[in-house]
Amino acid sequence: MAIIGWGVLQGMGVTFKTFLETYPWGRVLLRALRITPANGLVTVEYPDVKQQHHERFRYFPFLVYDGTPENLRCVSCKICEQECPPQCIHIVGPAKDEQGRPLKAYGRTYPVKFDIDVSICMSCRICVDVCPFDAIEMDNAYELSGTNRFEEMNYTKEKLLKSNEYFQQIKPTEAGEVDARLAAKAAKPAPAAAKGGPGAAPPKAEPPKPAA
Amino acid sequence: MNLSSLDQLFVNAKITLLSLAGRVLPAWAIPWLSILVTIGVIAAIAPAIMMYLTWFERKIIARMQNRFGPTRVGVYGLAQPLADGLKMLIKEDIVPRGADQLLHLLAPVLSVVPAILLFAVLPFGRNMTAADLNVGLLYFFAVSSVGSYAIFMGGWASRSKFSVLGAMRAVAQIISYEVPGVLSVVAVIMVTGTLSTVGIVEAQADRWFVFTPWGFVGAVIFFLSGVAEVNRTPFDMPEAESELVGGFHTEYSGMKFALWYMAEFLESFAIAAFTTTFFLGGWYGPAIPFWTLALLLAVTVGTARRLPLPVRALGALAMLGTGLLWGAQPIPSWAWFFAKTYALIFVLVWLRGTFPRLRADQLMGLAWKFLLPLGLLNIVAAGMWVMADQVGLSSGWLFSLAVLVLGAWALVVINQPAPLQSRTYLLAD
Repeated sequence: MAIIGWGVLQGMGVTFKTFLETYPWGRVLLRALRITPANGLVTVEYPDVKQQHHERFRYFPFLVYDGTPENLRCVSCKICEQECPPQCIHIVGPAKDEQGRPLKAYGRTYPVKFDIDVSICMSCRICVDVCPFDAIEMDNAYELSGTNRFEEMNYTKEKLLKSNEYFQQIKPTEAGEVDARLAAKAAKPAPAAAKGGPGAAPPKAEPPKPAA
Repeated sequence: MNLSSLDQLFVNAKITLLSLAGRVLPAWAIPWLSILVTIGVIAAIAPAIMMYLTWFERKIIARMQNRFGPTRVGVYGLAQPLADGLKMLIKEDIVPRGADQLLHLLAPVLSVVPAILLFAVLPFGRNMTAADLNVGLLYFFAVSSVGSYAIFMGGWASRSKFSVLGAMRAVAQIISYEVPGVLSVVAVIMVTGTLSTVGIVEAQADRWFVFTPWGFVGAVIFFLSGVAEVNRTPFDMPEAESELVGGFHTEYSGMKFALWYMAEFLESFAIAAFTTTFFLGGWYGPAIPFWTLALLLAVTVGTARRLPLPVRALGALAMLGTGLLWGAQPIPSWAWFFAKTYALIFVLVWLRGTFPRLRADQLMGLAWKFLLPLGLLNIVAAGMWVMADQVGLSSGWLFSLAVLVLGAWALVVINQPAPLQSRTYLLAD
């Protein structure tokens, strides 16, 4: 102890430095005193300023279509519905005519209803991993609040459908991989693809084991 | 424009108002009107000061923690105090079932009243004291200690264990810190020979007391014990959110709670204002002769190597002009007073932003083992100063400085905690 209260003054110096670091003039003052200012204000004022997310940031899935919304990739195989840990996906389908024969659009069966409940979804990406057709992908829109629990929070097929161009725009790397994989698949087993059905396409990666 | 008219702006406004009223009202009513106007002004500015102190405190604390503080209500969050006030007003007032209804209501009112009464003797500027009592300093201590009754009353009337614990701590703390607080001002009384706040400020025209050894130590003791008396963080044991859920005001809600806060903020403003009055020269600016200031500024700017030569030359001339302007006292007295007071409030907030709460024994130890003996030594130092002054010696500085430095050093050495005995434990097996 050289001077009485020196430790106290040192502590106050630390807080005063932090105080100065948050103002532009304070940072100039600190530089003039040959002290390198640290980060200063780190708050992102959220509703006014939005943070740039990483490309792999994910929140809530969407259904991909090519060209028109009728040409959706989903064939209503219901694997995602079964694998979903919080069971927020509800699928009715595939669509059938009066005789019970499956209806087809663009050579594929399609779901009648495809609902995902936002308030239950935990954004785990398991549906994307298990989908054999790359029909479902993760979005990065996160401002999904609403005032109605059941109508607004339950996303129907119409609200979930988004174009492949949108996917390429928000996640270029991942969309590029998916597009390459689909192109390779389309080039090789053309007869199998024409036959249709979920069994025709090989699984794209080893799917994770279903939880219990 | 005459500079002194700005200085006496508020005084002249009041005189004009009274002379206008004199045309309508009978002569006997004018003194009463004068009193009413003064009371009205104080009653109006006190809540305004309190509201914006909360804003000031929240902003500064936020900056010290790398945050913005209030930003959403109004520009820079300036309407935040209004929003808070409105919220407090329309909140439900809950009184515990077992509480003493009357005292529970009375306590927050009783805590605000002395806080506002303190404003009566504050010299806000030249000729701007509401009541220049010849016992102003005594009045300050007498009135400010009424607040401790309010705190104990509120804590006891709530009939809650947290409240009573907080109230007990508050009483112990306030009584302990009042002793060094009073002793630190004794030195000022000895030197000025007056108890009037205006007299004390006028005695500091040539030199603020804080620039003397006894004045510096007195200011530190007075300010610290003031902070402790108004229960502000680092000394906020009576409130202690983390242990006592708010201490004596645990059971208060709505406007009563707001009154507790109002009392606390007004008292901290008063502490800063009285420290300014007693030690920091009140409404006087620093007594630097204008030619010294002009020369100093001009030399500093003229020799700044980073600036180009023409800028330096012009700057030096401008600084000479500034120094000459200083001689005309361009800054009004009330501006000096408020500037110093708010600087001290900044220190108060700064302390809050820096230090964790003191432990009970550390709190009492600081008051009784350090500040109290130092306050007594300070009286000795001030006595030497006065004596040297009377005899005509110039060695008062040296003696009082020596007494205080040696005394403070000795107190620190005596108060060193005993080293813990190192024990060796033998495991019996």
